[in-house]
Parts: sequence; C-alpha cells; structure tokens
Amino acid sequence: MTGTLNLVGYGLAAIGPGLAVGMIFSAYINGVARQPEARSVLQPIAFLGFAMAEALALFGLVLAFVL
Amino acid sequence: MRSITSFRAEGNEFVPPSSKDFVLPPIFGDNEFTTKPIFLVLLSVVLLSVFFLMASRKAAIVPSKLQFAGESVYAYVRNDLGKEIIGHEFMRFVPYLFTLFTFILVNNWFGIIPMLQFPTMSRISFAYVLGIITFVVFHYVGIRHHGIVKYLKDILFMPGVPKPVYILLTPIEVATYLIVRPLTISLRLFANMFAGHLLLMIFILGGEHLLQGAIGLKLVSPFAFAFGIALTFFELLVQCLQAYIFTLLTALYIGGALADEH
Repeated sequence: MTGTLNLVGYGLAAIGPGLAVGMIFSAYINGVARQPEARSVLQPIAFLGFAMAEALALFGLVLAFVL
Repeated sequence: MRSITSFRAEGNEFVPPSSKDFVLPPIFGDNEFTTKPIFLVLLSVVLLSVFFLMASRKAAIVPSKLQFAGESVYAYVRNDLGKEIIGHEFMRFVPYLFTLFTFILVNNWFGIIPMLQFPTMSRISFAYVLGIITFVVFHYVGIRHHGIVKYLKDILFMPGVPKPVYILLTPIEVATYLIVRPLTISLRLFANMFAGHLLLMIFILGGEHLLQGAIGLKLVSPFAFAFGIALTFFELLVQCLQAYIFTLLTALYIGGALADEH
C-alpha cells in the first residue's frame, strides 16, 4: 500500500476545527431556539466564527497537498 | 467494450482517483485555454444570461412562472444576503452579490449535471479569481467610505482595546485582512468542490471496478452505486451551501468595511 502520511496528519489536524465548527453551530442553534427573533443578529456572527474555525482546517488541507 | 477503470489501470488493480484526474487535457490541440472548465465557465455565463433575460423580459405585475423563478432568486439574495447583512447601503452591492451567487451556484451544479459532471470550481484558479475580486471590492469600499488613513488605522489598531494587546492583535488583524480572508474564501469553495467530486468518483469508479470482480464482489457493487447516487444528492446540498457561504462572507466583509465602529 502506498500513499502519503500527510493525509493522515491532515485527518488528525481536522479534528480540532471539526469540533470548533460543531460548537459554534450548537451555540448558534441554542441561541436561536431560545430567542428566535435574534436570528438575524446571530447569523453573521455564527458564520464569521465558522469561517475562522474552518480556515484552520483549510490551511491543513493546503499543507497536506503542498508538503 | 473497455470499461472506464480498465482505461485507468492496466491489469486488475484498482487505481483510486486522485488529484491528477482533475487535470483535463485541452479539447482543441495544445491550446491550454480550451480545457473543459473554461468551456463550462462560458456555458454558465450563457445559461445565466439567457435565463435571466428571459425571466425579466416581460415583467408583469402578475408574474409568469419564469419571472417568478428569476425574481425569487433575486429577492433571496437582495433581502437575506444584502439587506440583512450590509445594512442601509446594500443596494449598491446587490448586483455583485447576485452575480456571484448565481455564477457559483451554476458552476457548482455542473458537478452533478449528467454529461458535464465537472465542478468548475474544483480547479483552484477559478476560485482564486473570485476570491481576489471580493478582496479588491471590500477593501476598495472600506477605503472609499472611511478614507485610507482611518481605514488602515482601524485595521492596525482596533479601537477600544488596551494598548499592550496590540502586540498580539495587530499582526493577527493584518494577516486576517490581507492573507486569511481572500485565501480562505477561495480555498473553502475549491476544497468543497474538489473533495465532493473525488468522493463521487471513488464510489462510482469503485462500484464499476467491483462489477468486474468475482461473483461475490459483483453482488456488493450495487451498494457502491447506491451510495454514489445518495452522495450525489448530498453534493447538491453542499453545492448550494457553498454558493451561499461565499456570497454571505462577501457580504459580511463588505458590511464590516462599511461599519462605522469597525
């Protein structure tokens, strides 16, 4: 079997952002469930946080292919 | 008849699809500007122009089905992505957001439309171009709105923060605005389309390979195909979501550049 260990490393590195994205959306869903009218305020914040957390996973992906 | 996998592999070995499968040869001769993704982009422009010209040609108070379809897409982008996020100056940016949303959406759909089946954005250069346009737009808007000095000052020294924190905060803010934002917005689109296409290739080519194996393997292959079909619908969801996220982030960045307290 051939391949590169980079991808295994990327899999491990993606755990953190994966948890982070889950936590961000769980908080967002909680917030909207408690106060539905806050949706439009919470949505941009949730997606900005999601974008930030996912950026880490994306850096990992790039490095997995580049290195 | 030779099957697809036997073109890919000599002998009976299964060769999993890789990033090499995304590098398509030019269609006409050696000209690198005639590859399939380029034609897909052109096709998407033609399709979108025809659709929205037809939809808006005979605008009536009681809309036809076509006009209704076109207007609901437009209204969605204008209200949910423009008005909600950018604020009172949103009308200036609706054309850009609308173009971005529909262009990315159609190009992503190409990934699962039979016979085309190649998401344009799985070639990273297309995603980079979109990211660069967004980057230029939101910085230009911010500089026009605040003046270059105040805009840079707000990025370098975020107001309302204790002075020693700037040692940490300033490098992060500069990296965020100059590198991370344009890079991640394009990489997110690219990575999702790339990984999705790879996933579909693995299930469908794998199912096709199992079909050539022993009788036991032949019985398993329908499951691989069924999974491939299920994942195609999952891809449809991801494609719409990615078009939405790209446009949403563009709107957020523009809104952030326009915001007064920054």
